Amino acid sequence: MAAAIRQPGWYRGAIGLVLGAAFGFCLVVGLRLLSGLDAFQTEQTGYPQVIVPLITAPFGFLFGFGAFDYWFRWAAGKPTIPEDHSGHGATKWQDYFKFNTDHKVIGTQYVVTTLFFFLIGGLLALLMRAELAQPGTQIVAANTFNGLFSTHAVVMIFLFIIPVFAGLANYVLPLMIGAPDMAFPRLNALSFWLLPIAGIIFLGSFLAPGGSFDAGWTGYAPLSTGAPLGQTFFNIGVQFAGASSIATALNFLVTIITMRAPGMNLWRMPLLVWANLSTSLLVVGATPFVAGAQFMVFFDRILGMNFFNFLEGGDVISYQHIFWFYSHPAVYIMMLPGFGIISEIISTHARKPVFGYRLMALALIGIVVLSYSVWAHHMFVAGMFSWLRVPIMITTMLIAVPTGIKVFSWLGTLFYGKIHTYSTAMLFALAFIITFTVGGISGVMLGMIPIDIHVSDTYFVVAHIHFVLFGGSVFTIFAGIYHWFPKMTGRMYDERLGRIHFWGTLVGTWMTFIPMHWIGMDGMPRRVADYASQYGDWNLLISVSAFVLGAVQLVFLYNMIVSWRFGPKAGPNPWRANSIEWQVSSPPPVFNFDEIPRVVGGPYEYGTPGARHAIMGGEGEGAEVPETKPSTVTVPS
Amino acid sequence: MTRLPILKMVLAVIVFGTVQSVILLQFNWFGDEASTAAKPIDTLLDVTIIISSFIFAIVCVALGYALIKWRAKPGDESDGLPIHGNTRLEIIWTIIPVIIVLGLAGYSWAVLDDIEKTDSNALHINAYAQQFAWTFGYPEDGNKWSEGELHVPVDRQVIFDLQAQDVIHSFWVPEWRIKKDAVPGLETEVIVTPDKEGTYSLICAELCGLGHTTMRATVVVESEAKYKAWLNKQTTQVPEDILKTTNQYEADQLKKEEQSGGIEGSGVIEQ
Ligand code: HEM
Ligand SMILES: [Cu+2]
Ligand SMILES: [Cu+2]
Repeated sequence: MAAAIRQPGWYRGAIGLVLGAAFGFCLVVGLRLLSGLDAFQTEQTGYPQVIVPLITAPFGFLFGFGAFDYWFRWAAGKPTIPEDHSGHGATKWQDYFKFNTDHKVIGTQYVVTTLFFFLIGGLLALLMRAELAQPGTQIVAANTFNGLFSTHAVVMIFLFIIPVFAGLANYVLPLMIGAPDMAFPRLNALSFWLLPIAGIIFLGSFLAPGGSFDAGWTGYAPLSTGAPLGQTFFNIGVQFAGASSIATALNFLVTIITMRAPGMNLWRMPLLVWANLSTSLLVVGATPFVAGAQFMVFFDRILGMNFFNFLEGGDVISYQHIFWFYSHPAVYIMMLPGFGIISEIISTHARKPVFGYRLMALALIGIVVLSYSVWAHHMFVAGMFSWLRVPIMITTMLIAVPTGIKVFSWLGTLFYGKIHTYSTAMLFALAFIITFTVGGISGVMLGMIPIDIHVSDTYFVVAHIHFVLFGGSVFTIFAGIYHWFPKMTGRMYDERLGRIHFWGTLVGTWMTFIPMHWIGMDGMPRRVADYASQYGDWNLLISVSAFVLGAVQLVFLYNMIVSWRFGPKAGPNPWRANSIEWQVSSPPPVFNFDEIPRVVGGPYEYGTPGARHAIMGGEGEGAEVPETKPSTVTVPS
Repeated sequence: MTRLPILKMVLAVIVFGTVQSVILLQFNWFGDEASTAAKPIDTLLDVTIIISSFIFAIVCVALGYALIKWRAKPGDESDGLPIHGNTRLEIIWTIIPVIIVLGLAGYSWAVLDDIEKTDSNALHINAYAQQFAWTFGYPEDGNKWSEGELHVPVDRQVIFDLQAQDVIHSFWVPEWRIKKDAVPGLETEVIVTPDKEGTYSLICAELCGLGHTTMRATVVVESEAKYKAWLNKQTTQVPEDILKTTNQYEADQLKKEEQSGGIEGSGVIEQ
């Protein structure tokens, strides 16, 4: 027992958690008593005796759990073992519940954890749809309703879509570039463990006096600066989720820049790698802004600062500028990795090189650059400087150009291919193209100021974000999970169940979110618990469709869980793909490669006889394969 | 390599796009029009719908054609043609969208300019937003006050000066097609020329707390004469405390200036 307590792990983690909480609590109460104040302060924007432990307890847990052991030993000048692999790899299921430094284990941890949050976020959404099925009050009062849409969005954005992409990329990206792991495995593990912490804080806000945070995921000041305690949980949760994203992005950047296998020059990187490079550039540049925005609200609330208090000269609208300077890039943080996934899947299943590979990569970079210059399109009616509107409208609409390039190039990839649609991954990828196009079109409409003035803050915006986030991001996530499931688990999923899930999701998405455009344009505002009775029928249809959409996701979960355990063995390369992750066993060996592969050609050389992307270590010294050049066939015009 | 039936595909896009536009243009998406801004905005929407229909048609036709034509037979393990791209095509699908979106942006800018033109004889009305009610002051008519009910004359430009008392709210009358946030500490305005008599709803469109859902007011657009008659019947004036909170910061600033004999900090109020 004593040994178990000294070892990093759950026991020590639990003790750390309690000690951390106790430390924070005593600090607050002690200081307050010393200063002659009451021990507790219970103004709704206060509660330091809850807030400070909320920050110290997670650190206590992480210390106990072993997240910092190695770094501390090193910092203290104690002997460290650079090649200590005790926390690496998984041989039994318990290894997934450790501070594990293997990128493949971490990838799996991410995907499973985030799917759990997807389920929770989905349940919150269904509660809302139950309330909205009919005009009037059904099951929840207005204050609960505000909490529901706020937590729904926050869980989906910060705990599902952003991190699930980090998880998928964690698993496949090092393999794809021929690296044995990520550049900073311990930081990688820390990034993962910050996520459940953020999740517990967000959901824990339901227990706070006054209920969960309810100022929307956007948390506009001054509504948020005066809101009940739950809002502070949001402020703090974002810090943990944000730190997790930033650390992962730095990790990806260093990994991609420094750890590519010999021969893997930039123009030989699979587009998934390009996509994550671009995403990471957005994350490291933009995420500090949301952290800053939430800290400022936090300080306004807790320390009585006046960043957003207009009575003391604070500037209310600056919150929105800072917030959107992150949150517009964030929407592309939620989309670019999906673009990468779609490129891989379409090329593999159409047996053809990605059309216009270089322009596809440049389009990603173009989106990154433009993304930093469009934030204020969320503020066309917010009362900001009126001169800023037209320039922002122009940059916003220009973003449609690189986005269009991606869509057209995927279509170009299909032409003259051999399109296989037996895999659910490919079905989702193809459906994504159409559904995302609708979301892109509504995006351009929202970018046009006179139209946005009318439909901003209506269900039209709700429709747009769900077409791009559900029909866009989530479709790519499903595609990616189906595509790499055999690699991650070594087993095949059931394609028949996959198809049921696919058709249910496709029809459910359109039936749920298309009518939202109509009622929004006709005058139904967003973030309301009730509405004019003329929208009753459409809302009923939306609610019923949403429940169908939710139910179909159970088929997905069943398929994944059962196939993981009982599915037929998949073999290393069931899709006959070219990229490196498919050239190793499924699941790959602990250190990925016995010998680092040598990259000799582009990643998508389908149809060129003898062309190779990489030569794997096992193929022996004698295997002299010439560098392959992409062939130069072009489309007849 | 087979040649593409370009002509047939173009035809399919034209048919698909036209049918879709015709269907979509049957609906009055934004609802009734009751201001001079509504017409140009709705026309802009129609143009956007037509362009979007054709873009959507291109994507659908291309995807449909590819799926029909190049679907692999079961068991076919061969690869597609090793085509890596086509510079001319790639330039085309970069340049044409640039032209389209810049065109739409230019058109939108023109509409925006048009609907925001101010008239010299515009009527000024103050709209006060507070959790969770709208009240209105009529400064040109003895600072009369009305609660939850707004009256405006038809066919005359009205400029609403929005004043938020607590948190952000948003002033939206769907039939007028205008919306603007009321932001504490900031002066924002809505410019509108109602051109159809009737009763409409003013909806708060920005989440403002528990009562956001029900934060509405009635808008009555009526003839100048009826408007005047209604105003005359109103007896209350805008209460002092509303003016006070709205101008609190300015007042404090003034006091500070008087005390210190100089200006400290710049005005944050003015936009
Ligand atoms: C063609 C590309 C796109 C354009 C031009 C565009 C434009 C816009 C505009 C102008 C708004 C503000 C609407 C308003 O609040 O009045 C908006 C909202 C939003 N967009 Fe997009 N968008 C595009 C693609 C995307 C993508 C790819 C995503 C995410 C995957 C996305 C996610 C969102 C979200 C989440 C919001 C709502 C934020 C909120 O107010 O809660 N958009 N978009
Ligand atoms: Cu945006
Ligand atoms: Cu409101």
